[in-house]
Amino acid sequence: MLVLAVDTATPAVTAGVVELAPDSPPRLLAKRVTLNAKAHGELLTPHISDCLEEAGKTYADLDAIVVGAGPGPFTGLRVGLATAAALGQALNRPVYPVATTDAIAKDAASGHPLLVATDARRKEVYWAAYDAAGRRTDGPHVERPQDLAEKLPKLGVHHATGEGAEIYRDVLGLETLSAKHPTPEGLVAAAAAEVLAKARPAALTPLYLRRPDAVEPTGRKRVTRA
Amino acid sequence: MSDRLILGIESSCDETGVGIVRLGQDGSLELLADEVASSVEEHARFGGVVPEVASRAHLEAMVPTMRRALDASGVELSQIHSIAVTAGPGLAGALLVGVSAAKAYAAALGKPLYGVNHLAGHVAADTLQHGALPNRCLALLVSGGHSQLLLVEGGLANSITEIGSTVDDAAGEAYDKVARLLDLPYPGGPPIDKLAQQGNGCAIAFPRGLTGPRDAKYDFSFSGLKTSVARWVERAERAGEEIPLADVAASFQEAVADVLTAKAIRAAKDLKVDTLVISGGVAANSRLSGLAAERCAEAGIELRVPRPRLCTDNGAMIAALGAHLVAAGAKPSPMDLSTTPGLPVGTVQIL
Ligand SMILES: [Zn+2]
Repeated sequence: MLVLAVDTATPAVTAGVVELAPDSPPRLLAKRVTLNAKAHGELLTPHISDCLEEAGKTYADLDAIVVGAGPGPFTGLRVGLATAAALGQALNRPVYPVATTDAIAKDAASGHPLLVATDARRKEVYWAAYDAAGRRTDGPHVERPQDLAEKLPKLGVHHATGEGAEIYRDVLGLETLSAKHPTPEGLVAAAAAEVLAKARPAALTPLYLRRPDAVEPTGRKRVTRA
Repeated sequence: MSDRLILGIESSCDETGVGIVRLGQDGSLELLADEVASSVEEHARFGGVVPEVASRAHLEAMVPTMRRALDASGVELSQIHSIAVTAGPGLAGALLVGVSAAKAYAAALGKPLYGVNHLAGHVAADTLQHGALPNRCLALLVSGGHSQLLLVEGGLANSITEIGSTVDDAAGEAYDKVARLLDLPYPGGPPIDKLAQQGNGCAIAFPRGLTGPRDAKYDFSFSGLKTSVARWVERAERAGEEIPLADVAASFQEAVADVLTAKAIRAAKDLKVDTLVISGGVAANSRLSGLAAERCAEAGIELRVPRPRLCTDNGAMIAALGAHLVAAGAKPSPMDLSTTPGLPVGTVQIL
């Protein structure tokens, strides 16, 4: 099956075209990744078109789309989901959301209990914990690194990976692995079972984890019609 | 060449809009679909549009709104000739959802993409109802987000010049703030308009902003008016008087309509333009359209106000603007098009 993978939950603008067959790992045909947290909106679709061209394929050749659903800082995160949803509608193909942290855990493939932590900005991280087989056991959550550090003994993780793990290495005190941003293969691997089974996709709901910043006005209304 | 179907996508504020317009060989426009999903109710308790709430709602509404537009028109995506999308001005995160989706539709279908100006779209909306614009016309755009006087020359694809704008609040914003002051719901336009019907617009002489001899001739200011309404109400409260809510609403509305129409008519006379288009959410206000009709008739100016549904933000106006660009042979925008929250009105299309 020909699968398009996109993710915009981290500063990386990620697109890739991947061949997926039963009983073998996803095989990358082409990818385009640009590290620029402000360019998701500009670059994602051109990256997808470039990948298809390099792979010698067209949009119509795609069988399914996999998209990272976050967690990720608000604005960029929506680019991947809006793009994937529109492609799915235009091509009449299923779109499978996966947690971006799951894709990073697949990439790390550490064989040990693992913490994935990405940068949530505002001095916080998005994190999720995985067992030795790569199954998610906790999260994703958004939290201050100091608070996450207190939970680490209970989580029993050996390593950490992701940009958040790197930035707060001193606070978390865990050895970090190199998997930082999700790869197209990792994204497809995280959804492989559903894609191959042609399962009905879950709703394309972003993992925001934070409520919108909005405060109800508190000033007294001056006139009442009592 | 046969008829061309133009798709328009709008997501600059709190309405997710998808419109489909048929562009005839003679340049005529026919509206085939105009579907809008609004998040206005989610913003009501905040007294104004919350950008993040709007952006989340756009993402949820985009695909279903597209589906409804296709169903309503009986058109399939593969039949679409070109796609136009609002690239600015507007809320950054909100614009990004529409532009991301539009790019994906265009790329998947192999169709040209036009990243266009929302304000020009408001003027284009009128051509869906009243046909082509004359060679020169003046447009007054009034809504919760904008208050501007524009000179349109040689068609929408050619030249739009801003000759005046608000220096502080947009007209609709002033309505929202005064509504809050009078304990009326958000958005403030409809409830104030309704209450004002029972009041006397001459009861209270609220100030007309920027109408002094040395003030900018075509610019607007509504912040002082809002403050003046607040002071008037506070004074009456302190004096223990009952607040004549309908008179306050009517007098406020009169001040807004007076300034907007007086400046528009003056500009039309100065620039020797004989057509005035009023569009944007506030165009539906009964006193504004009423006073504009009176004054235009006196001045011999033709007034064009699209029906309320076309005045508020929607995808049909973006499709209409896209159709004008396609008809004029404009080049498509690049696929690495970026959103431009502060896009000036003179830039009709991002290239
Ligand atoms: Zn508008």
